[in-house]
Parts: sequence; structure tokens; C-alpha cells
Amino acid sequence: MIPFLALIRKDLKLFFNDRKAVIVGLLVPILLASFFGYLFGGQGGNAETSKVPVLVIDQDGSDISRSLIAQLAGDKYLDVKPSTLDAAREAVRKGKATAAIVIPKDFGKDAGHALFSGANETGAGKPELGLLYDPSHNTELGMVKGILSGAVMQAVSKEMFTGRSGREVVDESLARVQNDTHLPAEDRKALRDLLGGVRELNERRDREGASGQTELSGGLTMPYETREEAITSGRDVQYNGYAHAFGGMGVQFILFMGLDVGIALLTLRQSGLWQRLRAAPLSRTMLLGSRTVSASVIAGFILLVLFSFARVVFGVRILGSFAGFVGVCAAFSLMTAAFGLMVAALGETVEATRGYAIMATLIMVMLGGAWVPTFVFPAWLRKLTVVVPTRWAMDGLDGMTWRGLGFSSAIVPIGVLLAFTLLFGAVAVMRFRWSTE
Amino acid sequence: MLEVNGLTKSYGKLTAVSGVSFRADRGETIGLLGPNGAGKTTTVSIIAGLLRPDSGEVLIEGKRVQSDTDPVKLQIGIVPQDMALYEQLTAHDNLTFFAALYSLAGAKAKQAIDDALNLVALSDRAGDKVKTFSGGMKRRLNLAAALLHDPQILLLDEPTVGVDPQSRNAIFDNLETLKKRGKTLIYTTHYMEEAERLCDRIVIIDHGKMIANDTLQGLHKLLPVTNIIAIALDHPDGFKPEQILTLAEVKSAALEQDQGTLRVGVHDLSRGAPVVLRWLAENGHSYHHVSSEQPNLETVFLTLTGRSLRDSK
Repeated sequence: MIPFLALIRKDLKLFFNDRKAVIVGLLVPILLASFFGYLFGGQGGNAETSKVPVLVIDQDGSDISRSLIAQLAGDKYLDVKPSTLDAAREAVRKGKATAAIVIPKDFGKDAGHALFSGANETGAGKPELGLLYDPSHNTELGMVKGILSGAVMQAVSKEMFTGRSGREVVDESLARVQNDTHLPAEDRKALRDLLGGVRELNERRDREGASGQTELSGGLTMPYETREEAITSGRDVQYNGYAHAFGGMGVQFILFMGLDVGIALLTLRQSGLWQRLRAAPLSRTMLLGSRTVSASVIAGFILLVLFSFARVVFGVRILGSFAGFVGVCAAFSLMTAAFGLMVAALGETVEATRGYAIMATLIMVMLGGAWVPTFVFPAWLRKLTVVVPTRWAMDGLDGMTWRGLGFSSAIVPIGVLLAFTLLFGAVAVMRFRWSTE
Repeated sequence: MLEVNGLTKSYGKLTAVSGVSFRADRGETIGLLGPNGAGKTTTVSIIAGLLRPDSGEVLIEGKRVQSDTDPVKLQIGIVPQDMALYEQLTAHDNLTFFAALYSLAGAKAKQAIDDALNLVALSDRAGDKVKTFSGGMKRRLNLAAALLHDPQILLLDEPTVGVDPQSRNAIFDNLETLKKRGKTLIYTTHYMEEAERLCDRIVIIDHGKMIANDTLQGLHKLLPVTNIIAIALDHPDGFKPEQILTLAEVKSAALEQDQGTLRVGVHDLSRGAPVVLRWLAENGHSYHHVSSEQPNLETVFLTLTGRSLRDSK
């Protein structure tokens, strides 16, 4: 037992003796996690998001186009600025604007007609709104199109039902309906009643508006509103984006620590220290086992510091099972240590191994969802993540922190992580080259 | 104490060690002498149990090392060629750690550490980090780390590489102290002066093969001459050394053209020197300096392999 404890104590001493490395090793994940946590919702999940820059080219100059621009400008997600067609093209091409909306001449009049008849005044179909967009911002484009649809409906319907040009269109349409001999009598009557009703409504509102009794209608609006509720561990518990970010960065940097353990072991094998260790009456299990324990302790320490910082500064709490959280941390720490040993066992030279191992680590981190949530992955890739240990670590940490799940939800992640520990450990023991030849 | 019988170790087509055998008794110092790459470190690694030989065996007190945890390994202390220390730790922390590898703790460990530090004269630097030590101090601490569990056999793999003469002498003093305490030392080196100074027996290895195993005196007997007369000629130009080989007392003759020194090998200095000097005078070859020298291990290696020890690869 004395040699085993001495081996662990020595590893910990070496780790903590390099104070600059320890500070940097903790500071970097804290900074990155703070940044990512802020981006992914921050405390309460309502971090301010930047507005999407949109340019508008008004070639129509109608009441409808002006109303439409006002609607867009009032949206909290858009930063709307007027522009010309050439300037807008250039701005979108250079990435200074995400999209540009071109309102063509006669859009207002044509849209009004199209609202009732599905075509413009001449019957040539619906008018078109031009939309120039930056192809690298497809996600924002969807949002802009959605906002634009709502704004167009409101602006056009408002003008059609209450505006000057709308009344002209109603009068013209009423006259056309009355004179259309091909229209079935029942249809003609229904349309006449509808349009007559609209005209009567407008006349009444004019009278009431003149006497100051009522305000004019805002036109058609969306017939619903959404009530949003983030599902977290409890009704009054707000989502804390820092919980996932600190878990992700913890996973990433602990994996890098595991990688360092492997590289250090590879380097050690080429040194006189390895000869001295191997000359002592120590079993191979003790030599590798002590390293596994010391690496696990260091990994646990890193997680402890990261989550303590997150708790104090960002209010991250373990809302689920504390035992489950400890279990996931311990299992992930062991898995990391075994990963490091496997790196040392499979590595040939330090230089080559470092390159391969960094690549493997980054892939594990990425596929595990430590950088971005896995829901942005395509379906086949999401399925593939079940073979990535970091995904289970992230599931476990998320589950035990902000999701507030019970211990039973930690069992599968812990089990999978321990299975990976055994797998990596077995590979390490089988492939480790003990001789210094 | 230590028996090495017919060790052979190959790496693919390269034979690192081939049929190396020797024995070392208590208090004896064996020098493994050979150029770089001769197979000395491989031999030491096999003795320490770090490498498994393809054939042959190592017996310590008649026992083979059977496993990693075999108590027989307690009999061995190793001083690797590379510095085997943790630079970020203090000298004391290093020794505490290495003592613990042999299950030494508490008062026993403290005593062992104090003794080792005293021997290598580093007690006053025990609390300093190794990275602040000079090369010579590190080498001495490297030696101390191998002594903590009081091994009977000490394997020293080129323990003076890269140290200044003063530190080298300090290490030699330490080793002589250990020898007096009855320790068996296996000392690898490619410095003939070290082997000559420290070793009771010298095993010469070249290209993995043992080409000699004898005392220094025994190795000298392998030479065709036991003395060399060095004569600085006044006019070496045109002198033909083979002329002097006609003398019965002369076994070898060579002229160093750049310095004009004639080296004549004789078995009996008292009979050969007068004959050689008289012959030079009678044949009109004047000289301004005469000295005699004994052949060293360099000469032995040269004689046995046809190559210089220092230049061999």
C-alpha cells in the first residue's frame, strides 16, 4: 500500500506543484464556459440576442409599403434600415446585412387585389416581394421570412379594410362583381354583401373617427399568441445556460488532462525514471492503477472547481440527484484516466500520438455535445453519438444539474461510462509495452 | 552474488547482446567497457529485470527474478544513464518517493534518506527543487536514489555522463565508499580511465559480444607488448620504422609523423631500451626526448578489435 499511495501522491504533487499550469488549466475552461453559457441563454435563459440586420428597398412608396416597413422596424428581432437595390446587394454580399427585402412598384395595390382575388389588378397573379439573403445565415432567413409574412398580412389587410387605397379597391371590386354576368347569382350576391359590408364598415368608422369615438382597426393580425414555458426541474426554476456550458467545458478540459496523462506516460517510458520504477518490486497493476487513480482525482478536482465557480458566480445548482452528479463525475473521471492510459498504450512516438489523440479528443468533445447541443446534428449523427462516451457524460451532467433528474437517470450514463472505462483499460493493459526496448 | 550466463537479446535482425557471461562477488566492481551501442545498457537492463533475454539467465544469490514483484529485486539498485529524478520536486521529496517504492516509510525512510544524502554530500540541499541543481549534483542525487533500500548490487549505467571533473571525482569517492561497504558494483562506461580506476574486473563488449573478461593486469597480458618507449627524433623525415624491427628485443614500431615520435614496443624495458637507443645512435638518428609508457585499455581495445574505443560505433 505504501508504494501505491506514494505513486498517487507523487502524481498529485507534480500536478499541483506547477501552479501556473493549474491556474491556466482552470481559468481557460472557466472563461470559455462563461462565454458559452452566456451565448446559450445565460441565467434564466433570456440573454439578449443580437438583432438580425435587414435592409429594405421601397420601390413602391405606397401606404402599404410604408406600413410594412414600420411593422418590420418595430420587431424586436430585426434591425431594419432603408437602402437602395445596389447598395443592399453589396451589403448582403459582404455580410453586413443578413437579408434585404425589395418592395417592388405597385406592390401595395397588387397585394390588395390579391388579398381578395388571388391575383393583381390585371389578373396576372400575386405580386412578388424580393428577398436577397446571405446563404451562410439560413437559420436567420427562416426567421425573417416568418416575421415578413406576419407584417405583410397586417399591413395589407389594414390598408384594405380601412385605408384609402383599400376603399378604392373595394369600390372597384364591387362594381366589377355587379357587372360580371358570368358570375353565378348566388356568388354575386355573397360577394356584393361582403364588399358592401366592408364599405359600410369603413363609412361608419369614418364617422366615428371624425367624432373621436373609436380608433381605426389595426387590420388582420395573427389569431393567436404563444405562452412560452421552459421545462426545467421545477415550475419556478429557470433554465441556466451556464450549467450545460460548464459541464461541456469540464468534459473537454478533463479529456485533455487525460490526454496529457497518456503523453506523460509515453514520455516517462523513454526516461530513466521508467527504468527506476520498473526496477522496483512493483506490479504492473500498481503502476497503471496508481496513475488511473491520480488522474481520476485530478479530474474530480477540476470538475469540483468548475462547478463551484459556476455555483458561486452564475448560480448553477445541482437540481437533480447529488449522488447521481457525483457518480457521473467519478465515472467520467475514471473513463478519462483509462482513455489516457490507452493513448499511452497505443502511441508510438510522443509527437505522432499527440496529433492523433488531440483529434480523437476533439471529435469526442464535439460529438458529445460539449460545444453545441446535439440537436443541431443530422439524425444519423445523433444516433452515432451513443458510441461516444462524452455524450453520456453530458447527458448525465445535464440531467443532474439543470434538468433536475433523479438518481435513476444517472444510472445509464454511469454504466456506459464505466463500460468505456473497462474497454479503454483493457486495451491499455493488453497493448501497453512494458519494456523500454 | 551475481551470475550472468550467456545473455542474448535481439531486436529483429539486430543482435544487441550475444552470449555475455560474467560473475560478480560481494564487494567486487565489474566494469562493462565498450563503445556506445556495444550492448552495455541492454545487459544492465536485463540484469535489472527491465528486459527479458532471448536466452541466458541472471542469477542473484542463485535465484532468478521470477516476476515484477519478486523480492529478489530488492537486492538491486539501478542508476540509469538518463537522469531518473522529478525536477519539479525537492531532493527530499524525490528520495521519499523512491524510498516508498520499496515500502520504506517513517523512521526507516528518514534514516535511509539521511544516509543517502550524507553519502553524496547533498544534505544541505535536501529542501531545494532538483531543477535548481547543477548537472553534477543531479548525478549524485541520481546515485543516492538507488541506495535507499540498501541494495547489495548496484547497477551504474554511465553514471558520470556529462559531469565536470570535480563532480566525477566526488562520484568516484562515493562509489569507493560503497565498495568498501561490500557492495557489488556493475559499472558501464566507455571511459577507460574510469574502468581502470574503479574496476576489479573488466568485461569488454563490442557489437553485443563479450571479447574479454579479466582483471586490468590480465587484460594487459593479452597485449603483444608490455612497455612502449616513446622517442622524439630530431630528424624524423625519411626514418623507416621497419628498420628497427630487425632487433630481437623490438616487438613493434610506429612513427607518429606529425610529432616525429617513434613508438617502440618491447617486452622487457630494462633490456630493450638500451638496445634501441644504441641502435639509433649507431645509425645516426639523434633524439631530444625519451619516455616509457604502459599500454592502457585503449590499447587493449585497439588490439582486440582493431578499432579505437572512443571512435567506435
